[in-house]
Amino acid sequence: MSVRVGVVVFPGSNCDTDAMHAIALEGAEPVALWHESADLHGVAGVILPGGFSYGDYLRAGALARFSPVMRSVAAFAAEGGLVLGICNGFQVLAEAGLVPGALVRNRSLRFVCREVTLVPERLDSPFTVAVGERRPLRMPVAHGEGCYVADEETLAAIERDGRVLFRYAHADGTPASDPADPANPNGSLHGIAGVANAAGNVAGLMPHPERAVERILGSDDGRAIVASLVRSAAARAGGVAVVAGGAA
Amino acid sequence: MSEQPAAFRFAVHVMPKPGILDPQGRAVERSMPHLRITGVRDVRVGRRVELTVEAADEAAARAVVERLAADLLANPLIETYAVELVGALAPAAQGRPAAATESRP
Repeated sequence: MSVRVGVVVFPGSNCDTDAMHAIALEGAEPVALWHESADLHGVAGVILPGGFSYGDYLRAGALARFSPVMRSVAAFAAEGGLVLGICNGFQVLAEAGLVPGALVRNRSLRFVCREVTLVPERLDSPFTVAVGERRPLRMPVAHGEGCYVADEETLAAIERDGRVLFRYAHADGTPASDPADPANPNGSLHGIAGVANAAGNVAGLMPHPERAVERILGSDDGRAIVASLVRSAAARAGGVAVVAGGAA
Repeated sequence: MSEQPAAFRFAVHVMPKPGILDPQGRAVERSMPHLRITGVRDVRVGRRVELTVEAADEAAARAVVERLAADLLANPLIETYAVELVGALAPAAQGRPAAATESRP
């Protein structure tokens, strides 16, 4: 039986179908989770997809945080369940305090919609195990509020504890850690594109791996991230240890 | 009579924390030359939220606003907030307080 991975559908989500497609490509069964229901339908992992939940009113992600499904997702995360927030999903996780830091208006003040390069900083996390090696990954970003900020203390802690999962980078994989670096699309501090919670089972990622899962889309580098989640969820559901390495 | 709930009009001022980059404020600053305005600096763009609360007394109303501000209206990681009472209104049962008297300077 294939592992079931849930995709939360908020009013205004617009990457939910893409996320479900990406999950299915990796051999898992995608399950749509409606925001007004607290039932997670026994899924082994959850994706909070991109979009503009609740119209991005007040602050991006701020209102979605209080939906019934998010109370269940928070409880699922507290029990060690795997949760990946992509773009608006990252904003929701940050607003909910499930990952450190916050996402504010891009330094350019412009909505950025283009392909970027990322480098994974960890190869052993549940969200990167299938990446295999430290290599540049190409995938799109599409956001107006993606500038990652956190106070000095938090930044020092997440760097020290290896909780930065992805950084924006140049084509050769050199990290774009400077907020003013043109390869850093939104001015994120330390070039942070993806970050995990202390326990390592919840991660937020600003770029869109689910939009880069087939060559015809320009890149299939996103598959390794989705495959990592599926594989890690399957391992947890089946009680099998996750082995790092191997291609997606 | 004292048990009758009253209505209180509050304003919550939400501002980006000192040290947090405020690109909106910077954009306003960069527009100054177009207006031929000089000598203005440190522009910070925030948000003012007004709301009416029905409660037994001001302290109870303020407690509701404080919770709302801390949990939803502001993100304490990047923003600060201040709660201001802008008016105590007639008892709720006697009319539509929110529309009746908005305090004006």
